[in-house]
Amino acid sequence: MEEVKLHGFWPSPFSYRVIWALKLKGVKYDYIEEDFPNKSKLLLQYNPVHKKIPVLVHRGKPVAESLIILEYIEETWPENPLLPKDAYERAMARFWIKYGDEKGGPTFYSFFLSVGEEQEKAIKETMEVLKVLEEKGLGDKKFVGGDTIGLVDITFGWLPRWFECMEEVVGVKLLQPTTFPRLHAWMENFKEVPVIKENLPDHEKLLAHFKRIRESSVADTMK
Amino acid sequence: MSGTDLKLLGTKESLFTYRIVWALKLKGIEYEFVEEDLFNKSPLLLESNPIYKKVPVLIHGGKPISESLVILDYIDETWKNNPILSTDPQERAYARFWAKFVDEKFYEASIKAFFLTGEDQAKGVESIAEALQFLEGEIAGKKKFFFGGEAIGFLDIVVGWIAHWFQFVEEVGGFKVMDSMKYPAFDSWTKNFLEVPVIKENLPPHEELRRVFQGFQQMGLAAVGAKE
Repeated sequence: MEEVKLHGFWPSPFSYRVIWALKLKGVKYDYIEEDFPNKSKLLLQYNPVHKKIPVLVHRGKPVAESLIILEYIEETWPENPLLPKDAYERAMARFWIKYGDEKGGPTFYSFFLSVGEEQEKAIKETMEVLKVLEEKGLGDKKFVGGDTIGLVDITFGWLPRWFECMEEVVGVKLLQPTTFPRLHAWMENFKEVPVIKENLPDHEKLLAHFKRIRESSVADTMK
Repeated sequence: MSGTDLKLLGTKESLFTYRIVWALKLKGIEYEFVEEDLFNKSPLLLESNPIYKKVPVLIHGGKPISESLVILDYIDETWKNNPILSTDPQERAYARFWAKFVDEKFYEASIKAFFLTGEDQAKGVESIAEALQFLEGEIAGKKKFFFGGEAIGFLDIVVGWIAHWFQFVEEVGGFKVMDSMKYPAFDSWTKNFLEVPVIKENLPPHEELRRVFQGFQQMGLAAVGAKE
């Protein structure tokens, strides 16, 4: 009997990456909701270095960092592969996974949390990242993974819902269908994939959560 | 073993480039090394890595791959002799986790400590010490020569720059954090790592590194964009 547990947090896109991968492969797991900021003793024990979610625990052994968890899931449950077979295609996928995570994350957060001049800079950088994804990151197929979603799509997966909510809270719409037609089409297709559609945080709840975060961040900036 | 039409774009001082040199040499793969001038990047580099415009780039059969960790994975999957990653998913996750840790926490703290001064530098140094404490714990816990076990592997290759480049980050940056008394297991690892023939025969000379880091210091933080 395999024992798989996932420690996550409902508004976290990183949590959802792991949920999507597990569900796409039909892996049964127990979900443990971490009550931030009160991190459980177990979480601190499983991820002493970063003290963050998500953490996947398989047969009692923890794996931390969402992208590393995704590779672990892919290697441990090879059915319904989420990475290409060809080594070069895999390298390309890994490159885009890294780009989406390294450039996407901090840039989008900066856009979401900053004000004034800092936000203007963040908007510019976000537009550049979106442009790179639009022109180079998506490829020519329905999804980056081809006809079905793969790990790259999963990594970009916070554009719909999370980034959309951020734009709503900030009051600036950057990802317009006219300026980013391919990204927009990708997002619409992605949201329709059953595993994704059935596993997204509630829009209103996330909006409220993001509103609180932005208000608090803006207040800190004004101090 | 020859890698048909294999080029490595890099520089003779780049710590990221050497990861690839070591991996290729460990597997006995022949390749052409193309020295890049990072202040005057070649059309080939700009074409091969248009997004980051950085080295190293591995070009195999005309197809380019960027980002050192992605390249290491590719090399291990393409040339299966002398594997640098385990086949066990848990062990692979372990190596990847600590590689990410070194490239994020340790490396970024090093940049802070090197380029900044006063309290900002002190914060950087403190972060390095924290990171080093974690690495010390890991290598001490393994009770083996290397992170990879009896022979060097993926994680040793990624951590490897600390064994040779880091002393110049300290020297030129004007701080000291490495301490064989505080981090004895890491110190042993460093000595063992530098004795591995493939590593020993493929390290940039001390004077070159000192000169390069002095150049970086003069450039200030702008150097981080140009370098690697």
